Amino acid sequence: MKRTLLCMLIGFVLVSTVGCGYNTMQANEEAVFAAWGDVEAAYQRRMDLIPNLVETVKAYAKHERETLSAVTEARAKVGSIQMSKEMLNNPQNFAKFQQAQGELSSALSRLMVVMERYPELKANQNFSDLQNQLEGTENRINVARVRYNQAVQEFNTSIRIFPNSITNSFLLHLERKEPFKADEAAKTAPKVQFQ
Amino acid sequence: MKNKNLFLAAAFALALLGMAIRLYAMEIPALAGRVNDLADVLTTDTRAGLESALADLERTDSTQVVVLTMKSIEEEPIEEFGIRLAEQWKIGQKGLDNGAILILALAERKVRIEVGRGLEGKLTDLMAGRIIRNEIIPRFREGDFDGGVRAGVNAIIATVKGEYTATGEERTDDSNVGEFPSFLIMAALIIVTSALGGVSKILGGVSGAIGLPIAVMVLVGGITLAVGIFFAVLGFFLGLLISVMAKGTGGGISGGGFGGSGSYGGGFSSGGGFSGGGGGFGGGGASGSW
Repeated sequence: MKRTLLCMLIGFVLVSTVGCGYNTMQANEEAVFAAWGDVEAAYQRRMDLIPNLVETVKAYAKHERETLSAVTEARAKVGSIQMSKEMLNNPQNFAKFQQAQGELSSALSRLMVVMERYPELKANQNFSDLQNQLEGTENRINVARVRYNQAVQEFNTSIRIFPNSITNSFLLHLERKEPFKADEAAKTAPKVQFQ
Repeated sequence: MKNKNLFLAAAFALALLGMAIRLYAMEIPALAGRVNDLADVLTTDTRAGLESALADLERTDSTQVVVLTMKSIEEEPIEEFGIRLAEQWKIGQKGLDNGAILILALAERKVRIEVGRGLEGKLTDLMAGRIIRNEIIPRFREGDFDGGVRAGVNAIIATVKGEYTATGEERTDDSNVGEFPSFLIMAALIIVTSALGGVSKILGGVSGAIGLPIAVMVLVGGITLAVGIFFAVLGFFLGLLISVMAKGTGGGISGGGFGGSGSYGGGFSSGGGFSGGGGGFGGGGASGSW
């Protein structure tokens, strides 16, 4: 009787060695990469929109050179950062990327606030279209970031829990991925000046 | 120092507030049909008309478009409410992601078109924005919600029509396949080892020593020599152990017991009911207010 029990126990141990998390961890890592792909695509979409937006605004609001050049500069800075999958394991590079994108976000939102002062611009169909596209893109970025963070959390947990942690340190050597943190730039809301 | 404490307290309070907002976020209403007029702003004619127009669209194109009117979304940004709604309702066909939802929040005076990934090509943010600006908002401003929703839905249908064609196949749910094969491999190994171990202990050990590395290799897909040797040694001892057990119990472990691995298929309510087809959303679309 005792032996049967022991026998079952060993069987169970053997079967559960399969549950070492090898496949799960890799699947989770792929999920992180997939979610990251969406984040990249959403940010790229925003990058592509900006030149058009700047051109349209320039035609109506010539006096906002400063705000406009802030957007262009922030965009150039984002463009200078090489995006890659390896960045996800590297806290410094990831923080740099996030900071650059955050600066672009706040430059853009300042621009949008300024635009409120130009009624002819707001009445322009082309500008309204661009505004819709920009809003849609910002929303996509948000959604992609939230989903990316969820994937990262799942992955990071899966490489830390037992027995996955052992499998990982012996076989896979997967590294922890960086989640997005709340934006530093977004914390300081743009100031609106009424004249 | 005092400042820092104050700052910490403020941060903590903010975090709590954030949690409270999360907790009390509006519950997503159940999907009752293609037209969910919870704010009660549509006439019966409009409801019936939209239902049949949208059912026609799904019949020919497989594209699903759904309307939801809410009295209030409790001050939640409509973009956040929209994506939560989309994630729960899963409008659009699985794999095609061809769904769209027109959302109206009466108290907040907000309207949004949430667009599934598969429709983003035709129903772009730009198009969704124009529909809202040119078709919906002017009518809403005059208090004509009925006409605004009708015009909005018709414009959406006109935009997405022809993007997809219905295949006529019923959808099937192929989830729940899981990691079944790996269990099967290990179970087979145990059965073989215990059977051989019943004949001779050494044979059982050898079976384990050969079987375990192979099983690991199959499951993992390529291992280094060192790891292989490790598993071979482990397998030998485990095989030996199983053999001892198998001899003791006389007859080894009788395998089996791997029945019923989750429910296959099932899970789509036909019979007149309407449900989302598993479409995915990525936050595309546009919002507006009146």
